[in-house]
Parts: sequence; C-alpha cells; structure tokens
Amino acid sequence: MTQPLKVVVVGNGMVGYKFCEKLLTKAGGGSFSITVIGEEPRPAYDRVHLSAYFSGTSAEELSMAPASWYLDNGIRLLTGECVTQIDPQARVVVTHTGLQIPYDKLILATGSSAFVPAVAGVEKEGVFVYRTIEDLDAIIAYAKNAKRAAVIGGGLLGLEAAKAALDLGLETQVVEFAPRLMPRQLDAAGADMLKSKMEQLGIGIHLNKNTAFFDGDVAVRGLSFTDQSYLEADMVIISAGIRPRDELAKQAGLAVGPRGGIIVDDALTTSDAHIHAIGECALYQNMIYGLVAPGYEMADIVATNLVSGRIDKTFKPFDMSTKLKLIGVDVASFGEPFCEHIPHNTLVIEDKLKGIYKRLNVSSDGKYLLGGILVGEADNYNMLLQMTKNQMILPPSPEDLILAPRKGEATAGAGVSALPESASVCSCENITKGTICEAIESQNLADVAAIKKCTKAGTGCGGCVPMLSDLLTETLKKQGKTIKKVICEHFDYSRQELYHLIKMSETRTFEEVLTAHGKGCGCEVCKPAVASMLASIYNEVIAKQAVIQDTNDRYLANIQRGGTYSVVPRVPGGEITPDQLIALGVVAKKYDLYCKITGGQRVDLFGARVEQLPLIWEELIEVGFESGHAYGKALRTVKSCVGSTWCRFGVQDAVGYAIRIENRYKGIRAPHKLKSAVSGCTRECAEAQSKDFGIIATEKGWNLYLCGNGGIKPQHAVLFASDLDDDTCIKYIDRFLMFYIKTAEPLQRTATWFNKLEGGLEYLRDVIINDSLGICDELEKEMAYLIETYHDEWRVAVETPEIRSRFTHFVNSEEADPSLQFVEMRTQKRPADW
Amino acid sequence: MTNKNITWFKAAPITAFPENGGACVKYNDKQIAVFHFKQLDKWYATDNECPHKHQMILSRGMIGDQQGHPKVACPFHKKTFSLETGLNLQGEDYCINVYPVKIEEGFVFIGV
Ligand code: SRM
Ligand SMILES: Cc1cc2nc3c(=O)[nH]c(=O)nc-3n(C[C@H](O)[C@H](O)[C@H](O)COP(=O)(O)OP(=O)(O)OC[C@H]3O[C@@H](n4cnc5c(N)ncnc54)[C@H](O)[C@@H]3O)c2cc1C
Ligand code: SF4
Ligand code: FES
Repeated sequence: MTQPLKVVVVGNGMVGYKFCEKLLTKAGGGSFSITVIGEEPRPAYDRVHLSAYFSGTSAEELSMAPASWYLDNGIRLLTGECVTQIDPQARVVVTHTGLQIPYDKLILATGSSAFVPAVAGVEKEGVFVYRTIEDLDAIIAYAKNAKRAAVIGGGLLGLEAAKAALDLGLETQVVEFAPRLMPRQLDAAGADMLKSKMEQLGIGIHLNKNTAFFDGDVAVRGLSFTDQSYLEADMVIISAGIRPRDELAKQAGLAVGPRGGIIVDDALTTSDAHIHAIGECALYQNMIYGLVAPGYEMADIVATNLVSGRIDKTFKPFDMSTKLKLIGVDVASFGEPFCEHIPHNTLVIEDKLKGIYKRLNVSSDGKYLLGGILVGEADNYNMLLQMTKNQMILPPSPEDLILAPRKGEATAGAGVSALPESASVCSCENITKGTICEAIESQNLADVAAIKKCTKAGTGCGGCVPMLSDLLTETLKKQGKTIKKVICEHFDYSRQELYHLIKMSETRTFEEVLTAHGKGCGCEVCKPAVASMLASIYNEVIAKQAVIQDTNDRYLANIQRGGTYSVVPRVPGGEITPDQLIALGVVAKKYDLYCKITGGQRVDLFGARVEQLPLIWEELIEVGFESGHAYGKALRTVKSCVGSTWCRFGVQDAVGYAIRIENRYKGIRAPHKLKSAVSGCTRECAEAQSKDFGIIATEKGWNLYLCGNGGIKPQHAVLFASDLDDDTCIKYIDRFLMFYIKTAEPLQRTATWFNKLEGGLEYLRDVIINDSLGICDELEKEMAYLIETYHDEWRVAVETPEIRSRFTHFVNSEEADPSLQFVEMRTQKRPADW
Repeated sequence: MTNKNITWFKAAPITAFPENGGACVKYNDKQIAVFHFKQLDKWYATDNECPHKHQMILSRGMIGDQQGHPKVACPFHKKTFSLETGLNLQGEDYCINVYPVKIEEGFVFIGV
C-alpha cells in the first residue's frame, strides 16, 4: 500500500480553503493527507464580504466552513499557528510553537497584508489597517471615542473602508495620492462622477495628497501633507494597497519578485518543484491578482494537477473586471476599461443630474465590445462583461446597452438567452451557463439558493447572483413552467392568492387558514404574513392571536438590543401641544427612558422593560396618546410642514390635511410599513416625494405622488395626479392603498411593488382613476371597513386583563429580566453592547 | 438524553404558557424557555439565551416546523434552532441546550 501524499497548506484564507475543498472533491478521499496551518485565530472566512461584519453579520456567518468541516473531511486544521520556517531540503515546515510538519507537496496560500507606507508616526494609536476580523474589532472599539476618520487610499478597498467608517458614525475623509479615485479601474470622467457621488454620501475626498507625517502625541490627531495642508483626524484607516506575504518564501530561498510576490510558472509551481503558491501571494507574469476569482482558479489548477499527477491545467492571464458593492453607488469596470493601446471607438453617456457615467469601448469595426466603465448604475454589468468575454456580436445600436430602458421595454439585445453555453457566468468558481442550465433542468432546481448549493455558482463574490436568477427564469420558461412566488414551504400560494382564499373561505385564525389552505405547522415566515393578511381583511385586535405575530407586534413595541422595548406614541402630522410634550417628559422621567426626536416627527422613548410597557401606556393613554404603530407593518407617520398655518409661502393647510390623513389610515395593516407626508408648497419641506404616498400643495389643491421610498434604495415618488381637491385626493389614496394591500408580496414596500407592476404608472392610473378593472367600489368599501373598525391597540391591551397579563418576563416570578444591562451615554442610558 | 440524575423542577401551571408559543421560566439563576407546541401536542424546553448575540429572548421567538422538524426562530436576527436537538438549523456553529419536559397534574416540570 502506498502512503498517502502529505499535502501541507500554509495559510487558511479564502484561497487556502478553496484549495482544500477542490482537492477533496477531485481526489474523492484516501490518497492525500492534508494539513492546513493558519495564523488567524479562526478558520477561513469570507474576506470579500468583510464589511458586512459592521452591519451585524457575525464571524460565524462569514465563515467559509466551520472547524467541524475540516474534521469531518479528515483535514488536520491548525488555527492560531504561524509557520516561521520552511526547510526545502528536509521538506519540513516549522511553526512558531515549534511544531515540525513534514510535507511531500507544500502549498503557500499566505495571501497578502495591507501595505503600510513608511510615513513618520504610523505607529501612533488610532492608526489601523482593514483586512481581518480582528482589524475590524479594533476599529469598532476605537471608533466609539472618535469623531473624524481619515482613510488613506482612494482605491476599491479604501472606498469600502470609508463607507464602513461612515456607517460607524464618523465624519469621513478619503485621502488619495493619485489625481483621481480608483485610478486602476476608472478614467478621469468616471472618477469625477464617483467623487461627487461619494461627497453626496457625506465622504470628503482629497486628491493629489501625499502624507508627510501623522501628527499627534500618543494617539493620532491629524495628517500633515507634503503640500503643507493639514487634515484633522482622530483615527486613520490605511487602505493604500496590498503587499504579498512572501517572507516565508524569501527565507526558504524561493524566487520572489523585486516588488514582492512568490514567482510561479503556468502550473503555479515556485522555483522549488515541491512548492506551489496560489492566491494573493503568487506573482504570475509580474502580476499579483488582488481578487478572489483568480485565486480560486489557481486553487483549482493546483488541485487538478496534484490529483492527476501531471500538468493537465495551466493558469492564464485573468480577467480583472470588478464591480464595487458600495451602498448607493454602483461602480464597475470590465474588459479593457481604458483601451490605451488598442484601436477602438468609445461611446459615452454622462448624466450629471443623476450622477451616471457609462463608457463602452467598441472595436474599430464596430462589432465587438472591448470593455468599459460604469458609474452610478451598473445593472447591465454582468451582461456587458459576458458580451466582452464571449466576443458576442453587438446589436446595431450599441448605445441601447447603456441607456436606461424606458418603462415597459426590455433592454436591447441583453437577454441571457443570447449567451453562448460556454459563457463563464460565475467567474469565481468558473461555472458556465451550460452547467447551470443543465443543473436547473436535470435536478429541478427552483430557486437561486438551490443553484448555489448544487453548482457552487454565486458563492464567491456574489456578483453573478442576479444573472443566476435570470437564467433560472429563462430556463423554467423554456420548460413551460411558470415561476411562482410562494410564501414558504407551508403555503403553496403567492400572497395575493392566499389573501383571496382567506377572504373567500372566511377563515379567521392562523389555524383555520393553515388547515384550509396549507400544510405542516407554519413558521416564522408564514405566521406573520398570515397575521398581516388577517388584520388587513378583518381588522380584529392582533393581540388576540399573539403567537403568530412577529415579536414587535406580539408586544406592540419594537424590541431593541438587550431585549427592552421602545415606546412611540402617535403624534398626527407632528403637531403637539406643550401639555403633551410635558406629559411625555414626565412619563419618560418616571420610567427612566432614553428620549429621542425621531426622523418621523415624533418622540421615541427607548429602554422600557416588557413588564413596564402596560404601565407606561396606561399613563400615556390617560393624557390622550394612542399607539403610533412604530412596531407594525402599518401606517407610521404622516409628516407635515407647517404650511399656511404659519409659513409665509404656504398655499394650503398642510398640517390640517396631514392630521386628517394620519387619523384616517392609522392602524391599518399592510404588506409593509406605510409612510406619508404633506408639504404646504413646492419647496417640499416635508419630503413628500420620498414617501409611499406624498402630497404637495398647489394653488388649486393637491398634487398626489405615489410609491416613493427612502431607506435602503431611495426612489422618488411619481406624480400620479395634479390639483386634486381634498376629497378626491383621499378617494384616490383609499383605492391605491387597498389595491397595494391586496396584491403586494409579503414585506414588499410600495416602491418595489410599483417597479414590478406590469404596465407601470399608466396602468395604475387606469385602475385607480378610470376604474379599468371595475374594482374601485370594492376597494373603497374595504377601506371604509378598516377605518370604521379602528381601535387603539394599546388601549385594548391595557384594558383587557387577559392580554395585559402577558407582559411579564418570567411566568413563575414577578422579577424583571436580571440580564438587562445599561450604560450611561450623554447623560441618558443606553443598552450595553452585544 | 439520559435519565440518570434528572431533577424535575416544577415550573408553573400549564395555563401560564401560551398555546403554540413560548414563555420564560426562572430556575435559580437560569432562564429557560418553554414552548407548548400544541399542533404537535408536545412541550419543549431550551435555554432562553440566544447564542448568536447572547440575548435573553428565545421564549419570545416564533415556533414552527422546517420539513416537519420543530424549531424556534430568534426574534433578533431570525436564527433558527431545532427544538429537539438544539442545533442551529442554518448550519452555523452555535447551538442551544434542550431540556426534557413532563406534565403532571396540570403542571409543567422541567428536567434540569
Ligand atoms: C426611530 C427612527 C430613527 C430615528 O431615531 O429617527 C427609526 C428607527 C427604526 N427604523 Fe427606520 N426609523 C425612523 C425613521 C425612518 C425613516 C425616515 C422617515 O420615516 O421619514 C426611514 C426612511 C424612509 C422610508 O422608510 O422610506 C426609515 C427607514 C427604515 C428602514 C428601511 C425601509 C426601506 O424600505 O428600505 C427600516 C428597515 C425595515 O423596515 O425593514 C427601518 C427600521 C427601523 C427599526 C424598526 C429597526 C429595528 O427593527 O429596530 C428602528 C426601530 C426603532 C424603535 O425601536 O423605535 N427604518 N426609518 C425613526 C422613527 C420614525 C417614526 O417616528 O416612526
Ligand atoms: C475589505 C476587503 C474587500 C474585498 N473585496 C473584494 C471583492 O469585492 N472582490 C474580490 O474579488 N476580492 C476582494 N477582496 C480581496 C480578497 O479578499 C482576496 O483576494 C482574497 O481574500 C485572497 O485570498 P488568499 O487566500 O490568497 O489570501 P488571504 O485571504 O489573505 O489569506 C491568507 C491567510 O494566510 C495566513 N498566513 C499568512 N502567512 C502565514 C504563515 N506564515 N503561517 C500561517 N498562516 C499564514 C493569513 O493570516 C491569512 O489568514 C477584498 C479584500 C478585503 C480586505
Ligand atoms: S434607526 Fe434606522 S437607520 Fe438608524 S440604526 Fe436603526 S434601522 Fe438603522
Ligand atoms: S441574537 Fe438571536 S439571532 Fe441574533
């Protein structure tokens, strides 16, 4: 029997992990004994999505595979262990704790580290790099006492770090040495557009800046530049590039490049035939690939060749196209973005108003796409990249590829069906369209998650996920299957279908609905969805079916970190009397609640314990307050500007109208929350155009805007009808809301609902103004029923002993939750950190 | 589950617990979430603390089934755990303790 080949992998990063995975699947077990040594304290994690750590994604979720995966597959994994020496003669590696591990084949996947320029003062407190989870923990901890952050580096990583700093609540400045942002991906015009976009996000941009020294005593205080200018900063994140980690290779006498990187040939072999290098530490044809896709390709090649024992696969120069995932700003560059030495024609679209810049480089015969740059909107990125990579013939007017499609039209020539079978859709895992479509057909895959699981496509950088979804739709259509959005495994219906069924069958409880139309016991997806439909149809007291409500609805308050709740009384139109203000203060003081004026023109009182909620509300109700439904998928606020009540420009009584509207729709449950606003003139101080339904006063009446959204993906509302009188405007809103409530998907806001509505604005006008479906009577009646049956949920809760008694932490003790912890901040309390 | 050395702790009358939902029981310094899964005619007990961000909250989570397997979803970030085994159903590394429950003379007893 032959001994298994001893394979040792140094570095357990994304590429080191991928190598193990590939070797396992290719070898099928048995012939290799694999040891992986990683210096970080945890198994490999998804560095590409590192920034998600700031928004609450845990280290476990980022993990590529848990430690048990290595164990289950017979891989010896050593974490927190650093290899300090290689002995190429004896074929042994030595770790910092003195372990000696022999190898037959050594794989260096040591990645790279952040490049830290040798500037005086870099060692000061408050200077960070951005590469590991530990770096992020340190940044988060330091940011608590910092106000101003400077990010050094205006490239891909620098801008990502800047967004993270901004999200941590820091005033953020980016400092770039080059005359433009992302110099490797963007041309001057594209970079300019990006700069103004970043500035709109609140990030300051300083170009042409060379840092002379970091100022400060022990901790950093600011940056001093060679042009004598100065920037104050109490925290600095350096993101000025990467340096391949070749120190081990150097020590072992392997060939390295003059500017770093372990030199490898086509088979990723270093100058020692028993040692390979893959990922960000490998220097191939004078190039370090700082992206995950080429690293995965390298892992695949080495694994393939190891298994076959010959050189079956070799590495080729890799496509460096990228799409940046900064929230709010799409940036992409693909193929040959600059075409400096290639004859070509360029096609440029620039819309300064919308902040969009798009450039396509077309071959001089006009037939092929060579590359391009997209800033501000990159929806077509995947398709354009594919057209470039696959040398697809361009449509007669290539400008259609980058013009925004007019509503109702499909984008020209850009359907996934046009792609050849051999097109590599997922470049991280190198998976072709053919493979994906085949898997969908042969294994009956029904959603993107299944495609990911089965083919691994979309599991790397995630950039191809939208394309996977298109391929799915396309393939299923071809098979004559329709794709139906079902609620979850318990209900085989879309929300609209189930809504209709509940109404027809007059089922009133979750149990009845489940028995009549579903299967199983239900889950956290369908229970609140059904609860919302029951409320929209019957408008009974939701607390009667408490256990099917999301926690917020179950306790009629938003749960917050630590497990306390917030209290938000309704303040219609934002108009509040001095007595009401005093009453709020008195209650807040008595129960020691944190107070904040919200962005919705009312007051939020945070930090109430569950058993305090009924006591607090009892007092608020006594002075005339009602539930503000801040916890429900229901009407939140109708903001108003002061309008003609006081303002010299006001042409209508915006406050009065806002109060009327807020009182009309309060308490109504919808697929998602609803927001509204009324402005007294075109200056629009109430921001009505960012609301689900917004109203702006004109000399003659009201302009009604529909389906706007702030939040994650802001979208302006569209002008639906002009110069309406008070009652007509309300009639249209009644119909609109009811139509939305009956037809939207769960948790779909009006803006997304509208974007998916076939026929768009014209259709919506037809339904609501011209009654083209003949349903307006019914819609109005249903709305009238909801308005008539309004009840203040909190009043019912405090007055019904059976409901009230549920507001306790323990069922067998009066005690409050002893695990609650608060700390003081700016003279008020806040919960201790997670 | 082993039967040796189980202490049965008398928690509360069955009427103190909502049907098809959960409530929290105090046992010395411990917090235990108890679920009356009426649809399956079963009772479950688990840690009240969600191991994801260490929040004392699971008793306020929604219960249900995944392909027939009973589970609870944490209200904070919707991590789901098996009520039978305590394992995280998203395949993540952390899990919760589960405890045996018995009903006698209208009272809920938890095996600790
Ligand atoms: C308190 C407040 C922030 C503040 O301090 O000002 C707030 C707080 C929360 N917002 Fe908000 N939002 C608040 C105004 C807004 C606004 C501004 C506005 O309404 O004018 C927006 C953008 C406008 C919009 O919605 O279109 C906003 C967009 C969001 C979103 C993103 C929605 C989207 O469609 O993208 C969420 C997440 C969600 O609902 O899924 C969210 C969710 C939340 C939650 C519920 C998150 C949570 O689960 O804890 C927060 C609850 C706080 C609490 O315990 O009461 N909040 N939130 C504001 C309460 C207004 C009010 O009086 O009711
Ligand atoms: C914030 C951020 C965002 C990114 N975004 C993108 C993106 O959108 N798209 C994209 O394609 N790429 C992106 N990248 C780059 C991508 O993460 C890297 O290309 C990829 O992680 C490289 O993998 P690797 O395994 O070669 O190196 P690494 O992930 O760095 O892993 C190397 C590992 O080896 C360990 N190690 C080094 N020396 C030793 C030693 N002597 N002994 C033991 N262990 C050792 C290191 O500690 C490290 O854990 C991003 C990177 C960052 C930091
Ligand atoms: S209040 Fe809104 S924006 Fe602020 S942290 Fe909470 S959800 Fe995010
Ligand atoms: S705290 Fe339970 S899921 Fe995050």
